[in-house]
Amino acid sequence: MINKSDSKVHSLATVPIPGQAPSISMMVVLSSIAMVSGFLVVLISQLTAPIIAENQRRAIERALVQVIPASVSHEEFLLQDGKLLPAGESATGESVYAGYDANGELVGIAARAAAQGYADMIHLLYGYDPACECIRGIRVLKMAETPGLGDKIIKDANFQANFDALDARVDMQQMALANPIITVKHGSKQHPWEIDAISGATISAKAVGKALNQSAQMLLPQLQPLMQQIGRQEQQP
Amino acid sequence: MQSDSLTFIFLNTVLANNFVLAMFLGLCPFLGVSGKLNTAVPMGIATMFVMLVSSVCAFAINKVLVALDIEFLRLIAYIAIIASAVQLVEMGLKKYSPSLFRSLGIFLPLITTNCAILGLALFQTFKEYNFSQSLVYAIGAGTGFFLAIALMAGLREKLLLSSLPSVTQGAALSLMLGGLLSLTFMGFAGLGSL
Amino acid sequence: MSQRKSDPRITWDSFAEGLWKNNPVFVMLLGMCPVLAVTNSAMNALAMGLATTFVLVASGYLVSLLSRFIPRQVRIATYIVIIATFVTIIDYVIQAISLDLYNSLGAFIQLIVVNCIILGRAEAYASKHSPLKSVVNALGMGAGFTFALLCLGSVRELLGAGALFGFDLFGAQFQPWIVMVLPPGGFLVLGAWLLLFDWLKQRREQKQLAISGEQTNAV
Repeated sequence: MINKSDSKVHSLATVPIPGQAPSISMMVVLSSIAMVSGFLVVLISQLTAPIIAENQRRAIERALVQVIPASVSHEEFLLQDGKLLPAGESATGESVYAGYDANGELVGIAARAAAQGYADMIHLLYGYDPACECIRGIRVLKMAETPGLGDKIIKDANFQANFDALDARVDMQQMALANPIITVKHGSKQHPWEIDAISGATISAKAVGKALNQSAQMLLPQLQPLMQQIGRQEQQP
Repeated sequence: MQSDSLTFIFLNTVLANNFVLAMFLGLCPFLGVSGKLNTAVPMGIATMFVMLVSSVCAFAINKVLVALDIEFLRLIAYIAIIASAVQLVEMGLKKYSPSLFRSLGIFLPLITTNCAILGLALFQTFKEYNFSQSLVYAIGAGTGFFLAIALMAGLREKLLLSSLPSVTQGAALSLMLGGLLSLTFMGFAGLGSL
Repeated sequence: MSQRKSDPRITWDSFAEGLWKNNPVFVMLLGMCPVLAVTNSAMNALAMGLATTFVLVASGYLVSLLSRFIPRQVRIATYIVIIATFVTIIDYVIQAISLDLYNSLGAFIQLIVVNCIILGRAEAYASKHSPLKSVVNALGMGAGFTFALLCLGSVRELLGAGALFGFDLFGAQFQPWIVMVLPPGGFLVLGAWLLLFDWLKQRREQKQLAISGEQTNAV
């Protein structure tokens, strides 16, 4: 391929201006290099795509098992216009994960939440137990908080204990949470829907509360009537 | 403030997450061109302009790339946009302000390799900003860069008249100053909780 | 186009030039952005160094191979396309190897394409030397860059997290100097390294002056 363009350059090299290559040769060289580059990039992206997809799937699986401890298998759904559709169709919507135990019974659902923390957005996954109508665990997916201070939202056991049974009941009208999830000052937690902040890292802790509240307010009222639909795991042949 | 409101994006990018002092983008001109205020200021303005143009074009190109499902070409496409934007600015300066063009010299084409501009295009894509958010993000990034480079130039000009150990001349000094500036700007963190 | 007027022999110097004498970070002060951004841990520093070395070597080889056919006017654009190709490739490869590493390096993998070292070496060296020699030089530059990154990464991780490559060294009582893993720390640690090297250089020059008497030292 290189030899061909080489000979092309020589044959078209009727150079009127000394030292300046004719436009044709410039275009030929640029486009042939661009084509080879494009080919290489497409090749590598195709080769690595399945590996990357597998990595992402495994990462989500690990996170899901952590926030829905009793689950052994998971299904992803998309919440769109008040309906739950299986993920993978060209539907768009909020991702909701359902966790099933060994018998295929629903043991919990998980969803994503995000809010601005101290440095950047904090992304987390939280698990909701429909039996107790409470949030049972969170896992931070991505954050850029200050190491040693803000990253206590991962490391501090007392903070994690907030999410053993964080109340997230839906109110009578099924439009919002009965009590909004809120982060309160360290040591002043009185109600099961409050999150006790970490002293010295209030902003990061508040972000977690904000993220959970936003997501729960939006998802849980819509999900309550749909729990039946995903109560049993569909057996795929 | 809502974390995706335009005011928040602007203030966050200029102060709390300053492109130079917090995200380490655009360091080559920050260390190289900040010797004097009267080169730093035009450099800052030129960079700001290139950022604006590149951000808008990158937004448009990204829509096309996504629609055609050829996202792996994103990097090359963005670089092409930035190089063209810099070329545009160069031609404009040459025509309307030749003295400025000459004083900036080699640094003008070097804006192409300024990681701040490519970083801006990439970040606005990752954060999935819409058009107005991208625009404000670009203005904020440019303003933040301008602020950082102007502050640095001012400091270095003042330091020319002080007696410092000879070892600290040159890049080591700029880096120490940069570190102090960065430390100062850390005080703006937590803007989101206002 | 470009003439091979340079010495075709590959010497130790072609490799070692990038390690110390012309270290891209400490001497030429190029490629600063990743140096400060991804050196908050030694592992990130190493990964970034290796990724950059890959792009340096691959693009250096290709540029050197094709330099005869690339017209002068479009050479920079061509180099950038070649570099961007390899950066996109390494971006996918890192994603496939480790998603965690990819997330901590963030956008800085893609920012390798505007790392002045790579474009600079392509223009100044690869276009003028044989492919094998360019590869050797690129390896040297990459090694020097990785060395510089590791200098910073280890100091910052040691002081800022009490660990090295993820291995906790000082135990639970160690109060880490948090600012070291934050942006100001990056600036300060690099400044400190440069101070050290400048001071060593000054001392060496003074010694040489003392030894050689009136002989002026040309820098």
